Amino acid sequence: MTTEAAPEGPLALQRKDFVTDQEVRWCPGCGDYSILAQTQKLMPELDVPRENIVFISGIGCSSRLPYYMNTYGFHSIHGRAPTIATGLKVMNPDLKVFVITGDGDGLSIGGNHLLHVMRRNVDITIVLFNNRIYGLTKGQYSPTSEFGKRTKSSPMGTVDTPLHPLSVAISAEASFVARSLDIDPKHLIATIERAARHKGTSFIEVYQNCNVFNDGAFMEFADKAVRSDRTVRLEHGQPLIFGKEREKGIRLNGTTPEIVTLGNGVSESDLWIHDETREDPVLSFILSRMHWPDFPEPMGVVRAVERPTYEALVQQQVDEAIERQGEGDLDKLFMEGDTWTVE
Amino acid sequence: MSAEDGRRPSDAPSHQIEELERVTIRFAGDSGDGMQLAGLQFTNTSALYGNDVSTIPDFPAEIRAPAGSIPGVSSFQVSFSSHDIHTPGDQPDVLVVMNPAALKAHLGDLPKGGLLIVNTDEFTKPNLRKALYAENPLEDDSLVAYRVVKVPVGSMNARALADSGLNTMQIDRSKNSFALGLMFWLYERPLDSTIRWFEEKFARNPEVRDANITTLKAGYNFGDTAELFPVRYHVAKADLPPGRYRNITGNAATALGFVTASKLADLPLFYGSYPITPATDILHELSRFKNFGVKTFQAEDEIAAIGSAIGASFGGFLGLTGTSGPGLALKSEALGLAVMVELPLVVAMIQRAGPSTGMPTKTDQADLLQVLFGRNGESPVAVVAPATPSECFTYAIEAFRLALRHMTPTVFLSDGYLGTGSEPWRVPAADELPRIEVKFAKDADAFNPYDRDPETLARPWATPGTPGLEHRIGGLEKADVTGNVSYDPDNHEKMTRFRAEKIARIANDIPDLEVVGGESGDLLVLGWGSTYGANLSAVIRARKEGLAVSCAQLRYLNPFPSNVGDVIARFDQVLIPELNLGQLAMLVRSRYLVDAVSLNKVTGRPFLIAEIEEKIHELVGSKVKV
Ligand SMILES: Cc1ncc(C[n+]2csc(CCOP(=O)(O)OP(=O)(O)O)c2C)c(N)n1
Ligand code: SF4
Ligand SMILES: [Mg+2]
Repeated sequence: MTTEAAPEGPLALQRKDFVTDQEVRWCPGCGDYSILAQTQKLMPELDVPRENIVFISGIGCSSRLPYYMNTYGFHSIHGRAPTIATGLKVMNPDLKVFVITGDGDGLSIGGNHLLHVMRRNVDITIVLFNNRIYGLTKGQYSPTSEFGKRTKSSPMGTVDTPLHPLSVAISAEASFVARSLDIDPKHLIATIERAARHKGTSFIEVYQNCNVFNDGAFMEFADKAVRSDRTVRLEHGQPLIFGKEREKGIRLNGTTPEIVTLGNGVSESDLWIHDETREDPVLSFILSRMHWPDFPEPMGVVRAVERPTYEALVQQQVDEAIERQGEGDLDKLFMEGDTWTVE
Repeated sequence: MSAEDGRRPSDAPSHQIEELERVTIRFAGDSGDGMQLAGLQFTNTSALYGNDVSTIPDFPAEIRAPAGSIPGVSSFQVSFSSHDIHTPGDQPDVLVVMNPAALKAHLGDLPKGGLLIVNTDEFTKPNLRKALYAENPLEDDSLVAYRVVKVPVGSMNARALADSGLNTMQIDRSKNSFALGLMFWLYERPLDSTIRWFEEKFARNPEVRDANITTLKAGYNFGDTAELFPVRYHVAKADLPPGRYRNITGNAATALGFVTASKLADLPLFYGSYPITPATDILHELSRFKNFGVKTFQAEDEIAAIGSAIGASFGGFLGLTGTSGPGLALKSEALGLAVMVELPLVVAMIQRAGPSTGMPTKTDQADLLQVLFGRNGESPVAVVAPATPSECFTYAIEAFRLALRHMTPTVFLSDGYLGTGSEPWRVPAADELPRIEVKFAKDADAFNPYDRDPETLARPWATPGTPGLEHRIGGLEKADVTGNVSYDPDNHEKMTRFRAEKIARIANDIPDLEVVGGESGDLLVLGWGSTYGANLSAVIRARKEGLAVSCAQLRYLNPFPSNVGDVIARFDQVLIPELNLGQLAMLVRSRYLVDAVSLNKVTGRPFLIAEIEEKIHELVGSKVKV
């Protein structure tokens, strides 16, 4: 374990304990750097022994992150990280498992696994770096690329309707769903921390700038001066208020959200009060469909509900079987059914 | 006289008893007729009695093929004998058919003079039409070559159950038990084990339980009173090696082997799988063994199944996945990953007829090359192949032993014939089975993820949760020793050769290829997997005729045992029978530069002994030593 002093938590770990000696190979200016930095910074806060942390990824620029985390790591194959995480976590529930994926890795080739790991509620944290492009293969459109987007593989624009990652997660029964932004480190680290502390599958979409193949994909939110006009911070139990002067809010008219200006007879109590623990996913879903420029984009925890984790239920059946049948006895098992003796 | 006590009636004077060495019965009927059940019960009873037994089921892939149609016919063949047997028999001596479609589908396999027991009740106009009969074969002379016994099974069963309280449809469902009872009478088998089975199976459904028992006995008594058969037959106990036995299918033995491996290695077993015929039984079986700490995971697809198993292996547990050909195709990328990260992983691969969906319920050996080479890059894996249903137990354990000791994915290569076929298994004592040594890396000062054991070239198994050994693995090429990502050309060559050499060295850790018959001679019949029974039986017959023929069955397909070249060199000719178009033959020809002769069959059915025999005669028949 670490030998450094200067304790930051009971385990006396620091950010640098989580940095590897591998040269970071992302393009200068890539949003991945910020996500890595916040992830490394968060680790000591979790008070989990380093040897119990595992980062598992698929393939893509984003998926290189495990090489830079001084924990256990597995850079696997394209789209399949959730499957490896599932097997590992089912067999060793004590581990803290993170899955790092991209919009192509998680929603295209690995879409099936992403759905199923979330519905099972395996206790892992999935961070999906959404740059709306295939970075590693140098700039083809992805399942989150805007309709009509021109890329190297769509010179006349795409004709594919994009997915909304949060909507996918909600529909797949994810028990924790959140969004953050690479260039907002404070919000990012706080969101990853919430996700990491959630029991069950936590899914975070991180808007990430690929400055080489899709620069400015999230430019609307880049400039701090306008960010508060174009995003709305979700806080549990609080009304949806946004704007530089916190002068605007979202009101629900049935299932239709509408933007209102506070004052003139509209007060905070008329606004949509965010309840992340609400079981019924309809409101979570509405949040997942709010996009700039029609609406400010929700940032933070959309949904955080409790239900038993997959690995706990699997273990429970094993315990029950042992209680009922006793610890497995091979000789007894071999003799199951009719047997006979030859002298 | 009755069968009340389940034992052979002691006062059965009116029937002569004829001693037979071996009998092969085929039960055939509509998929809804319960032929598998009748066959299995007959098998268990014969095995319990002390015969050697061997079975092969044959069922349609469709769960509900149209009733009465030829594609809807399901059959079960059991061979039982007073001596050691190795196959379920080339041809049935007795064919029991429950409807016209079954007659149409199976009569061709019954030799002239064979006993044909027909359920006449089903030979109605519509049923005859469904079976594509223009005339009723029971009424013309088309069956004169056979000893036909007509039994109105349906109506006799209905009469026996008139007071059962069941409705007509439920009553009709018990008619297989009537037929079974009749066969028990004919072959002097006791009823008690089947009665016990009904009692357990239908414990919660007493009416159905009683109906089956009643009609089973009615069938038995009918044999006794109806004077349909001039003789009854007796097949004496077989002279098997002493021990405790049970009848077992290959897939059940496979599952038992894997749980046993988990106990022997003292590591919990994880099984990730996606249902696919004929491998699904293994998932069913293992999911019952939770009190052994086994965790089964029905994944969303085969990729997730192997991925999760790799995750379990990474975590320091026994990672296992199982499938058939189409599933292995999906797993191939992940299997390549397991090769790269050098983790112990076992893939149970139960072959069926391909390509594509092929014939799911029919057997085949055409996935050997897929298993060996069906991945990108130089990507060697260890491969073991059981030769009989009960050997599946042994080689399931062996697959894990190799995987763990050599830190390599290992394929356990079986097929539908082995998986669904059955034979007596001599039950071992658990504490006599050798333990499987497992070594985990612990020492942080001496740890490098891609250090190698000087003897086996295995890398250390360092699992999450171990302090100080934090490291990263993955599918990118690894630098020697450190395991860091490397694009260095010389390193790639070195690592590729390490991976190949690691598998090659397994040859030092496995037994030599064994030759049955003479150590040298005119012809070696070389096989792998489920062809064993037919090969061995044909060779035994050929040797009785004075031919200098031997056989050898490869249980290790990668690497080959080190003496294979020597064995081949001691024979003038090599014959390789395979249920494919010559895959092992291709490997043997290229590796040993020998002009091996291929015998190929791809009908979805196993070899008949006669087919191997014929080829032996063709090759060396003129060389009979007198
Ligand atoms: C089976 C397979 N198909 C294709 C590829 C090529 N490939 C690597 S990464 C990638 C797309 C990655 O996109 P994304 O997940 O969005 O990651 P990013 O690079 O944008 O972070 C593709 C197509 C591969 N490695 N494996
Ligand atoms: S290609 Fe884009 S996503 Fe990949 S490292 Fe460069 S900037 Fe980042
Ligand atoms: Mg991307």
